[in-house]
Amino acid sequence: MSTEAIHALVLAGGSSSRMRRDKASLKYRGQTQLDRTVELAKRHVAQVFVSVRATQTLDPTRAQYPMIVDSVEGQGPIVGIRSALAAHPKAAWLVLACDLPFLSDAAIEALLQARDPKTLATAYTSAHDGLPEPLCAIWEPAAAPVLADYQHGGGECPRKFLIRHGARLLKPVDPRALDNVNTPEEYADATAALEKSAPMQLRIQYYALMREQAGRSEETLETSAATPADLYTELAARYGFTLSREQLKVAVNSEFSDWSRKLAANDAVVFIPPVAGG
Amino acid sequence: MSFRFTQAAIDTDGARRELQDLGSGGYVSFEGWVRDHNEGQEVTRLEYEAFQELAVKEGARIVAEALLRYPVKHALCIHRVGSLQLGDMAVWVGVSSPHRGEAFDACRFIIDEVKHRVPIWKKEHYRSGDSGWVNCERCAAEPHHSHAEHRHRTT
Repeated sequence: MSTEAIHALVLAGGSSSRMRRDKASLKYRGQTQLDRTVELAKRHVAQVFVSVRATQTLDPTRAQYPMIVDSVEGQGPIVGIRSALAAHPKAAWLVLACDLPFLSDAAIEALLQARDPKTLATAYTSAHDGLPEPLCAIWEPAAAPVLADYQHGGGECPRKFLIRHGARLLKPVDPRALDNVNTPEEYADATAALEKSAPMQLRIQYYALMREQAGRSEETLETSAATPADLYTELAARYGFTLSREQLKVAVNSEFSDWSRKLAANDAVVFIPPVAGG
Repeated sequence: MSFRFTQAAIDTDGARRELQDLGSGGYVSFEGWVRDHNEGQEVTRLEYEAFQELAVKEGARIVAEALLRYPVKHALCIHRVGSLQLGDMAVWVGVSSPHRGEAFDACRFIIDEVKHRVPIWKKEHYRSGDSGWVNCERCAAEPHHSHAEHRHRTT
């Protein structure tokens, strides 16, 4: 393990040429993509930096965050990743593109859990073509010299780099989590989809076996789960609950509930394993 | 409150006094104790845990149902939570009534329903060093069980 922890790097140095607007400033539910991504990363790692080009350091969207300015020559996201690895040579980097509006806490958490520090990187495979996704990935310190050689040899594509040099790969839990948004049409679709399934904050309390398996007695989380049934599916995948939903009851706001009830923001949910009073 | 929890030993004398009524000719109570064995395992101690906000509501509903079903005067149920030793009292039910028959029936109804419906869980610690949540660990291995099939297990 490295002596420094994992930092996060949000890539916001792209030219957004197909979008014809700065992708970092695009708003989803009233919040810029950059703010959303930084906030998401902050829930999982202590230090979050924004990767920028030298010409972007005064941009107000970006300047509110600690920045890592490109310090190596070249094109594309490899420059940002290499600059971060150079700035903190002992740290691993959770690298996140700034055009993933569906990226979720669950996706970040699963990636961090799957991390193998002995590899050059830990990355998701694409739900579309099975190839590694380098821009929602953990890059290890050991990748720095290999990336430098790759770039000096004319390489520019971090995906091809991961294919050539290998990485710990995992399948995304939610295939949509890594859908990126490159064009105005994709942006329109993504904002519409997000409005429809607005994630909300829920409070979950865990008791008995559920508490032991979740490793906590309560948590507040943001989820798009529409019903307690969806929520249980999501949390069972995260915590590996051994009980099937058919064995449980569920309570919402301290009253027994149907599994198909529509959840509302700030609902308090409790999964009730088979009881054994008396 | 007709159903409540306590961290400390159940005060049965005090609870019994709450049921006293000059119109009642008798009183029936049930005490559930921590037993030293369960399903072939030697038990050394127990932990009870409850989702109290819902449990007190469901417990009160059970007592109210008992008072509707049976012509009894008063009923009360008190359940322990926390760590219990062998022989400790885990649950107490008391019913006072003009006549004894209904008091027995109502008392039996309350303890049976509490065991099936109220969100209380029991972790057994065994002589072997092992431990397990009663009704949970086994159904994890046999996912076809349901709540209903556990209805007839007893303390």
